[in-house]
Formats: sequence, C-alpha cells, structure tokens
Amino acid sequence: MKPLTRNQVAQRIARDIPEGAYVNLGIGAPTLIANFLPVDREILLHSENGILGMGPAPPQGDEDWDLINAGKQPVTLLTGGAYFHHGDSFAMMRGGHLDICVLGAFQVSASGDLANWHTGEADAIPAVGGAMDLAVGARQVFVMMDHQTKQGEAKIVERCTYPLTAAHCVDRIYTDLAVLDVTGRGLIVREMVEGLTFEELQRRTAAPLVRG
Amino acid sequence: MVDKTVASPEAAVAGIPDGSTVMIGGFGRAGQPSRLIDALIAQGARDLTVINNNAGNGETGLAALLKARRVRKVVCSFPRQVDSFHFDALYRAGEVELELVPQGNLACRIEAGGSGLGAIYTPTGFGTKLAQGKETRRINGRDYVLEFPIRADFALIKAERGDRWGNLTYRKAARNFGPIMARAADCTVAQVVEVVPLGALDPEAVVTPGIFVKRVVMAGATS
Repeated sequence: MKPLTRNQVAQRIARDIPEGAYVNLGIGAPTLIANFLPVDREILLHSENGILGMGPAPPQGDEDWDLINAGKQPVTLLTGGAYFHHGDSFAMMRGGHLDICVLGAFQVSASGDLANWHTGEADAIPAVGGAMDLAVGARQVFVMMDHQTKQGEAKIVERCTYPLTAAHCVDRIYTDLAVLDVTGRGLIVREMVEGLTFEELQRRTAAPLVRG
Repeated sequence: MVDKTVASPEAAVAGIPDGSTVMIGGFGRAGQPSRLIDALIAQGARDLTVINNNAGNGETGLAALLKARRVRKVVCSFPRQVDSFHFDALYRAGEVELELVPQGNLACRIEAGGSGLGAIYTPTGFGTKLAQGKETRRINGRDYVLEFPIRADFALIKAERGDRWGNLTYRKAARNFGPIMARAADCTVAQVVEVVPLGALDPEAVVTPGIFVKRVVMAGATS
C-alpha cells in the first residue's frame, strides 16, 4: 500500500471541482490544487483578501505586492477577474455564494466538526483568519489532510479534542489514504488507495467507517 | 472651498491623542498606509487600540508601531505569521492585549460600525471558543452569535488616487479593508499615491465617496 503524495491528493480533489465553480483554496496544502485544475474547465478561484478569478503566481521579477493571495504570496488576475473589499469578500463566503472551499485540518469528527485553527496549546499565539467564515459559509466544505499525524495518531475522530473551527460543516475528506463522505449515515468510504483494506483503513481511523 | 488634502503625513496624523482607537488598513503589507504609520510613530501617540487584519510584518509599518510600544491592544484575525516577531514577543511578555476576531466577523463588525447598526447576528464562530459567553440565537433554523459593531476614533488607510473632496480609488487587492474602515471612523485619513484634480476620477469608479474621508495626503508610491 502506497499513500498518495500531497500533489496526488491535490490532483484527486481537482478532478471533483466542476466547470463554473467558485472555489476558495485554503492556505497551505490546498493551494496546490490550483496547479491541477483541468484546463478545459472555467473555475473561478476566490481569495479572501478581495480577488475573484485569481490566477497563478507571476514569473519571477513580475511580482506585484498589491496583488497577493491569502497566504500573502504574489499572484495574478485572470482576464475577467475582479477586485473588491473585505465586506464583499466575506459576504461571498457567509452568504453561501462560494460553491466549494478546501481547507486543511488538524482533526475532523464523524459528524463533520472541523478543528483547523488552534492546537489548544497554552503558549500558542492564536490566529484564525478566515477559516471560521469559510467553514460556515461555503456550500461544500472539503478537507485535505494526511489520514494520520506524523506520530501515527488518527485525525478522523469521534469527537475533536482541538478547539473547533465550526461544527457539522465538513462534507468530504480527502486524505493520502482515502476519500470519505460525511453523511447522516456516518463516514462513508468512497475510495481507498490501492492495496489498502477497509479493515486497515478503519484501524487508522478513530471513528466508525461505513463501506461505500 | 472644500479641500481635504493636507501637506504632509505629519499633518495627516496631527491630533491623534493617547488612548485612541485606530483602524489601520491593509492585509499584511498590501494596502498598509506605511507613511501614516511612520508619521504616527513620530507623532508619539501611545496606549493605542489598533484594529487591523494582522499584527505587523517585519520591521516596518504596524510592526514598527508595536516595537515602539505604542499599542495597548490589537484587534485582529491573524496575528501569527512568519515575520510577526515584534507582536509575538510583546504578546508573550504580556505587554499587548489581543482580541482575536474571525476575519469575516471583523469585516462585518466594521461594516456595522460604519452603517449605524446596533449589532449583528453572524453564523461565524458559533459553537467555538471565540463565541464563548456571547449571546446566541437561532433564526430560520440556523445558529447565530450576537456581535457588536467596531468603530474607531481614526482610520488610517491607503488608497491609489484621491481628490480634494476625499473621493478615493484603490489598486488591486490593496483595497481590502480600506473602504469599510473609511466608513467606521470619526476621522478617516487616506494616504494616496496621487492627488488628482476634481473630476479626474471617473464617478462610476469611485469606491469610497468623499463623505467618509476627512484628510487626504499624497505619499507617492510606497513599497
């Protein structure tokens, strides 16, 4: 059994983003998805700092520091893209106008609770940014993460032990091992990497799984 | 004749007293009014409450204001960044207070402040640590948290072009918090790259109408 690389997970998620979707890719690994969006689909990327129709990074030397993404890296604007202020940008999230957001996570619970902003450590400086607004507002919330921590602990759990970003918000989880849907019938396994058994996946998951 | 332009960044920040609440535009460095912040540091006001999305980057702008120990409290959504070391040190030493607000709640509380609303119900943060102790309400089957408007004594923002009536346009994603902060302060001060004659801004393209702006200062292009 060979877990997927970050790029392979990004590529897998990109396949599920349909033509015409308005999409926000969270800071970190989800930004990789932009590299794999099918060229024959028009997909509009939203950046919380006031961009719709965000394009890839500019060539070196062409950076414009008034045109950055949520991670504060230089980006470009596609033909037809638009700029707007923060009130409009978060109305797009909170008002249910974004079709999909993809977020990283520390933990996701069986009922779709998301924990991705704070490890709860006493000396950590808390920072939340737009994570709570995206989790609550986007019509579909996808999570992209490793199935387990580097120490081998499950990240899909019965109940999150880290502080919540939002409750019951996650629709689908893409990990390096599997694709799972969060449903009223529980966590349904839609795909597994080659060579992985359902039993082994269950062993690496701290919440009951349902065969898809 | 209405003329809101002032001659220098120093004149633009004149009269900001100790203890003021000051909104500072920008998302990281994009849209940060660095000339106004430099002038505010030179002016000397202290014990400030600063509202910004972040808590300073590197050694300049808001980071320099923090380093100069002029800030009592920061209201922001994302203080922790790779280059927020001045804030990090002050926070760990207990020398600056932090009110952490989800970014969209920060935006809509500022919008509420500028729009004369008494409060807002927002779904963001419901059921989380950041809503602990706050009043909640279920409306049409969805859960909301009661949040109060944010206003400031002064807003320092950066725009691209302005005229003597205070009309403003912005550049690319440097717009971010500028237009909403402009509406939510008693005295909004805009640092612009260029002051243009009345009529030079396309009225269809004015983003911040001059009624929201008290002072405009030309600062040229800043990095």
